[in-house]
Amino acid sequence: MSMSNYFVVGKSLQNSSIVNHVTGATQYIDSITFPGMLWIKAVRSPVPRGKIKKIDYSKAEKIPGVVKIITAKHVPNNYHVNLAGLGVGPPDEPVLPEDEVNYKGEAICLVVAKDEETAAKAANLVEVDIEELPPVLDMEEALKPGAPAIKKWGSNVFMFGGGMDGATPPSSPKRPYFLVKRGNVEQAFANAYEVVEGSYLIPPIEHAPLEPHICVAKPEPSGKLTIYTPTQAPYFVRDNVATILNIPASNIRVVSPHVGGAFGAKVDPEFEMQVAVAAMVVGRPVKWRWTREEEFTISTTRPAVKIELKDALSREGRILGRKAKLLHDAGAYARTSPYGVIKSTVNLSGPYNIENLRYEGYCVFTNRQPSSAMRGYGVFEVSYAVELHMERAARKLGIDSWEFRFINAYRNNQVTATGRPIDDAYLIEVMKEAAALAGVKLPPHLLQLSS
Amino acid sequence: MMIRFYLDGQLVEVDVKPTDTLLKVLVDKLGLTSVHYGCGEGSCGACMVLVDDKLRYSCLTFAASVNDKKVTTVAGLLSDHELSPLQKKFVENNAAQCGYCTPGMVLVAKALLDKNPSPSDEEIFDALAGNLCRCTGYVPIVKAVKSAARR
Ligand code: FES
Ligand code: FES
Repeated sequence: MSMSNYFVVGKSLQNSSIVNHVTGATQYIDSITFPGMLWIKAVRSPVPRGKIKKIDYSKAEKIPGVVKIITAKHVPNNYHVNLAGLGVGPPDEPVLPEDEVNYKGEAICLVVAKDEETAAKAANLVEVDIEELPPVLDMEEALKPGAPAIKKWGSNVFMFGGGMDGATPPSSPKRPYFLVKRGNVEQAFANAYEVVEGSYLIPPIEHAPLEPHICVAKPEPSGKLTIYTPTQAPYFVRDNVATILNIPASNIRVVSPHVGGAFGAKVDPEFEMQVAVAAMVVGRPVKWRWTREEEFTISTTRPAVKIELKDALSREGRILGRKAKLLHDAGAYARTSPYGVIKSTVNLSGPYNIENLRYEGYCVFTNRQPSSAMRGYGVFEVSYAVELHMERAARKLGIDSWEFRFINAYRNNQVTATGRPIDDAYLIEVMKEAAALAGVKLPPHLLQLSS
Repeated sequence: MMIRFYLDGQLVEVDVKPTDTLLKVLVDKLGLTSVHYGCGEGSCGACMVLVDDKLRYSCLTFAASVNDKKVTTVAGLLSDHELSPLQKKFVENNAAQCGYCTPGMVLVAKALLDKNPSPSDEEIFDALAGNLCRCTGYVPIVKAVKSAARR
């Protein structure tokens, strides 16, 4: 089939919203208001880790226009984990903290007031007495024996297996890492002509959508609740709000009209739950508009990731085996990180055929703002590490890196790291095309190859 | 205090506090969809308006200062529900993704072309420098401005 037979492929289609965008008619959440609507501002933790000793609301409550201060005690079912619907557990994150804070900027309580300025003014007057505890800010430190354990289960890692991760059967053993293995990796290293090791670091990256987080929740006398939010995942919002409010999901309607950019920043129901609780408690529509500063310091980032790769290579340039250890910084709470770690770990072969492998993916908790999905979640990080490693390995063998990739590229009828059969391999064809576009002249013996 | 100004051609009267920004009044009080909050500190340009034909960040402009003036948002560029030629060029070039930055981009382009109908590439980049697009639609945006310019 030639390109011209497709409806969409190969054509540039008009953005269906563009006429509204250029005329300023697109409605984002910011312009949604209701009569009697109240506003939220949060009192946030000044420290990355600490015990909450005492909170004094008395000055804040005296400010005219303050309607309510929402704390953990207003939340019917405080602990949740975003991906509970996929089997991830246990719930590890409070809607509002009860006795401890685990990252700088974590919302301790919410001031609900007649307008944004009043809420902000009152939030500044809430006095929080926190005993600062030594924070865990580095993944390697977090994994050391004797490191302060920030999770209630007594460690700084997510336990995979036993059905706790949405990817393993309930009968599988629990481990502090997600494991992918195939073949006999020790044998492959014993047979190696060369071994090449590398360690690769990805820093956290802020999504920085131009529209900061913003949400309105409007309760109805019937007990139902409508939430207006620029979410990428309305069902995550609905299910998590239902869980923490202890009401049926059918009582919650999530409206996500236009999203002013998200890139993964708006896939976690991180603040809709707080707005929902506030709205239910005060029985009025409530709005929360994050500042740009909150967007940077509170909303999720792409995780920091450290990947260690070790390859066993044959003289001819085959990757005989690979060992990998991946550390993924979840920050203070699980959010989507267990899923991200699984995605990263299963992709540690890249698009290459490796028959003997052992990959361990760790979901590490630290006292940093929680991390979550960002474009190409889990795979981008790994591709960066794998492709740099391919260059390093080719250099060590003295083979051209194009050739090295052609040798190891997936072919049809091989299997992936997780044993999935491949019947649509195109890497060789794509590399030929890419080389032509980049003006790289490949030797005839490579041009003859196909998947 | 009561202020009155022309908003996209219509006379409006609104009660404001001396500390209210124009952005706050336009969005929170008047419910406008054509100006956006992105940073509140003059860094992103999502809140851009024209005050008496001069570009202003509405997040850094006191509402009280527009009393008796003419405030134009991107919605004010329509005439008889027809897109202006510049807006049409933005549509033709697909120069918007999420659209959050678009009103600011269009207004900046308008202010540039009103002053300088055939700007160089350099002048277009300079004019757009105060407006951020995180969906990275800069290439089509610059194309749209170029195609609207007199060659
Ligand atoms: S909101 Fe005014 S410049 Fe960003
Ligand atoms: S189109 Fe999304 S910020 Fe420009």
